[in-house]
Amino acid sequence: MDIKPYNPRDWKSHPPYTFKDYGSSVKRGPLKKLVPLRQTLSEITGPLFDDIKLEPGENDLTRDAQTGKEAMGERIIVVGCVLDEDERPVPNTLVEIWQANAAGRYNHPIDQHNAPLDPNFIGAGRCVTNEKGEYRYLTIRPGAYPWLNHANAWRPAHIHLSLFGPSFATRLVTQFFFPGDPLIPLDPILNSVPGKSARGRLMASYAHDVTEPEFALGYRFDIVLRGRKSTPFEAPR
Amino acid sequence: MRKQTPSQTVGPFYAIGMTRTPMNVLATDSTEGQRIRIEGQVFDGAGVPIPDVLVEIWQANTYGRYNHSDDKQEKPLDANFTGWGRSGTDEKCFYSFETIKPGPVPGNDQTVQAPHVNFVVFARGMLVHAYTRMYFADETANESDPVLNSIKNKIRRQTLIAAPGMESGNTVYRFDIRLQGEDETVFFDV
Repeated sequence: MDIKPYNPRDWKSHPPYTFKDYGSSVKRGPLKKLVPLRQTLSEITGPLFDDIKLEPGENDLTRDAQTGKEAMGERIIVVGCVLDEDERPVPNTLVEIWQANAAGRYNHPIDQHNAPLDPNFIGAGRCVTNEKGEYRYLTIRPGAYPWLNHANAWRPAHIHLSLFGPSFATRLVTQFFFPGDPLIPLDPILNSVPGKSARGRLMASYAHDVTEPEFALGYRFDIVLRGRKSTPFEAPR
Repeated sequence: MRKQTPSQTVGPFYAIGMTRTPMNVLATDSTEGQRIRIEGQVFDGAGVPIPDVLVEIWQANTYGRYNHSDDKQEKPLDANFTGWGRSGTDEKCFYSFETIKPGPVPGNDQTVQAPHVNFVVFARGMLVHAYTRMYFADETANESDPVLNSIKNKIRRQTLIAAPGMESGNTVYRFDIRLQGEDETVFFDV
């Protein structure tokens, strides 16, 4: 069987496994050298979720799906395109998101930040990209929140995303940030990404064409997954 | 040409978005193949089991075929098996999957890979997910598996091999993952 491998992970774009300023990475990142693996059928396949059935409203975090009651905070529309490195759209792929509420509190028992929970805000959504690789969410702009990494540590507002793409090799979990947030340069999790240009790829941009009058501001965040060589790998003879 | 979007940690609150609905049962009553349970803990560099870890698996069906359009083998598909699962941890920091033992799948250059389950590990504190594989201790095919054999240090190969046990009549494979330390699990540069 011909195996068309995916491009390697670009380690100039991704953080190292351990990054001193992000305390919990120090004991949790693998330290030994990764073992090279020439991709096989196991890596170029992966879950496709082609029969996934999403409920209406799974991409709308601004109201409780059961009661219809609205969450507090500033409504925002987040759109973007999931692409590969050759700018080919990745259609029909699952995009999951989760985030804090407007006050900077997660709806999770571990989060003990002294900020109000919002009974109408769960803070999670799912959607599948369309034929052009586009996704769209309606949500609430998350608040910043404190954490215990260092003295007076605050995470800049961010939304977590989880993506699969077409294979096990293209799996990605990331998060994006909002332009102009003064906490951005102080965030060790973002600063773990090597290079200013790679960090810039985690910034959403304000999108006036997405903003809806009298309703909500728009932001755009594109996601680039690993691409794929166009010809099958030729085994050395 | 666009550059890859950088990876970031799942953070401590991934359960809101990723495990609100349990996704760790891959095998239903109608799934073909030998029922097994895979379970284990993920340890940090201090040897402490990690509570906020997220484990995902991807595997072939009992015939050794992946449910994916790029698997063009003539083996049967099983309509009752996707091959994908996701697990957080229980109160004792165990992840677990109810699944079936996969069949062997082809490797590169006309080789055959021993039955294995593909793993990816995420956690608070892990800035990039880590890829590994679980093999079955009771498989003679491990001897000729091209990926196991590509690990030069034979002792390290053992970190990928799970031993079977029995628990109330069910076969359970215990597969612990060590993120650091002398017996750090082999992680692959996929």
